Amino acid sequence: MCLGVPGVIIQISPLTEAGHTAVVDFSGVRREVCLDLVDEPVEVGDHVLVHVGFAIRRIAPEDLAETLAFFASLAAEDLEGLPPPVPPTGERES
Amino acid sequence: MTAALQFRDPVRGEALLRRLARAVDATGATRERPVSVMHVCGSHEQAIARYGLRSRFPAALDVRMGPGCPVCVTDAPEIDAAVALARSGLHVLTYGDMLRVPGTEASLDDARAAGARVEVIYAATQAVAAARASAATVVFFATGFETTAVATGALLRAAPPDNLQVLSAHKWVPAAMEVVAENPNSRIGGYLAAGHAATITGWGVFEGFVARHGKPVVVAGFEPLDILAGLCVLVEQIAEGRAEVVNAFPRCVGREGNARALAALNDVFETDAGEWRGIAHVPSGNLRLRAAYAAHDAAHTFADRLAAAAEPIPRANAADCVCGAIMIGQACPTDCALFGRACRPDTPVGACMVSTEGACRIWYEARA
Ligand code: SF4
Repeated sequence: MCLGVPGVIIQISPLTEAGHTAVVDFSGVRREVCLDLVDEPVEVGDHVLVHVGFAIRRIAPEDLAETLAFFASLAAEDLEGLPPPVPPTGERES
Repeated sequence: MTAALQFRDPVRGEALLRRLARAVDATGATRERPVSVMHVCGSHEQAIARYGLRSRFPAALDVRMGPGCPVCVTDAPEIDAAVALARSGLHVLTYGDMLRVPGTEASLDDARAAGARVEVIYAATQAVAAARASAATVVFFATGFETTAVATGALLRAAPPDNLQVLSAHKWVPAAMEVVAENPNSRIGGYLAAGHAATITGWGVFEGFVARHGKPVVVAGFEPLDILAGLCVLVEQIAEGRAEVVNAFPRCVGREGNARALAALNDVFETDAGEWRGIAHVPSGNLRLRAAYAAHDAAHTFADRLAAAAEPIPRANAADCVCGAIMIGQACPTDCALFGRACRPDTPVGACMVSTEGACRIWYEARA
């Protein structure tokens, strides 16, 4: 129940009595998601964290990069003798 | 190659395990006297099991599960109330995990098998849709932590139909962390907080906790690297005698949280002292609807039916369940005499064996 799932907005729907909604793609599965709780503007192509049918956060690409850089820095000292890590990519997905 | 795979990169994972081992060594912990930390999220335990991390943790590191499964902490009388409303002829909607959670005497699934109308939903918005499509009253048995409560709050603020009633069993996690930290037997040296809940509350919510208890808190996400990095940062603080809040989930969490979601939460709910299954009394641990929303509050609207419901008779062996001790870090599932014997996913005795976020269920499936 408590699982938040990241997905990509593929269409912003017209305003209805259900509030502001969008169609979000979760690795191939599409769902109508309510946007009333996201605290910044979102557009098609944005990644959002979704929980029980509500988007609760826009996942900004720069925040994703910051997290990966933080982990890479923590791991850096201990990479000796290991094969090279997965290289960073421009693709955005959490 | 997507970023998701970068968060599961086995090479960086291996490097972080080395770093974690060094940090654990630096605390002076041994296998006999390990350093104990607690995560407060069922999704953390799921990821630990799915990626086989537990067997890779240093032997002197003891990672305990806290009260992080919203299904498990829903108290039996809360289930009893939902069962009573369903049995009284009302149409009850709830999240799937709640269906089989044992109440004192019956689960919602038992009520359904006996003819009550109980339906599972996956999104809070389905409750509103069901009410709009029906002339009858629809009761949404709303459970879960702040991440789920904000969704309930949002739909109540958006002028829902009059026939939608909410039976709130929502809970506020930071309150339960206080109970764990105040337990005089607690050996927990630091806490890994749930990234998704912190998306709503912001990591700033833990500053007071750290100041009060002198224990570090690290907010972490749910991929293997999130958990390993979070544990590194947490254990390093313990080794150095520091206690701070560190955000190891910056892709989703800020200090202040989601202001819009918090407004929905605070506008609709107020905290109230209440019982958490097995943990007993948690001051400010429950979220109840404010008086302004009484017209949609099933506890208010159907107070008569709830009072009239017969006192349920407890099931046999329910008293042997140690879910409560597990959720405050004082026991492991294998400490329970019923684990894997009388209590299995198909014959759950306690809530921890029902939910896919429950410690007993996760451990049972990981060993199977
Ligand atoms: S194994 Fe079953 S009875 Fe034992 S603590 Fe877990 S849920 Fe409770």
